[in-house]
Amino acid sequence: MTEREMDELKKLLKGAVPPVGGTELRRDLWPEMRRRLEERTVRVRVPWWDWALLAGASLLLLLFPRVIPALLYHL
Amino acid sequence: MELLERFAAGDVDAFESLFRQYQGEVFGWIMRIVRNRATAEELALEAFWRMYRARASFDVARGNCGGWLRRIATNVALDHVRRVRPEVELAEDPPDDAKPDLVQQSEVRSAILGAINQLSPRIRTVVVLALIEEEPYENIAQGLGISVNAVKVRVFRGVRSLRKELTRLGVHA
Repeated sequence: MTEREMDELKKLLKGAVPPVGGTELRRDLWPEMRRRLEERTVRVRVPWWDWALLAGASLLLLLFPRVIPALLYHL
Repeated sequence: MELLERFAAGDVDAFESLFRQYQGEVFGWIMRIVRNRATAEELALEAFWRMYRARASFDVARGNCGGWLRRIATNVALDHVRRVRPEVELAEDPPDDAKPDLVQQSEVRSAILGAINQLSPRIRTVVVLALIEEEPYENIAQGLGISVNAVKVRVFRGVRSLRKELTRLGVHA
């Protein structure tokens, strides 16, 4: 394909699909990005009852250490 | 600590600096691919979100943040083109001098659009960027993460398919 043929093809394509004009950004996207960052940042919060359950289980194991092998067997 | 190092370590202020530095460039690049302002804004935000998530894998030593971001932006735009936008759209604000008399005829225009849209998304994207937007091959190669020669091959294949399809439709380029 010659350069002239290529130029004609470009002209034809541009006639049907003009280049996008105005590709400059018209607004600052940072506030939106900041909002999304805050929304998408997963904050892992452990509820109080989970802590209570953990404390209870630890206390149980301290008071009755013989339970540990049985517990491991069932795990 | 330098900006890129702080960004890689998860510093949001560093990310904001990079965001403000590159947001226009990323938006403009995506706009050339998806050809819709609202979509391009949305995809630019998605590209920066992916960048932020992948910050730990960023190679600070190489430091080519712009190139890395352009590849992410291209992938985001191509994902979108493959998923929901199978066809090339007209520009929102076409310049007046880009309308030769020939393509005022709607039949010719739709034939050309049809020929472009029958190309695969990856060939079509390269054809639009190279022949319509006249982006340098180096930029396209960087965005797609391929070599300049690979871009030339895709342009060649695209042109060959377009000429074949246009000839079949009775439009002679």
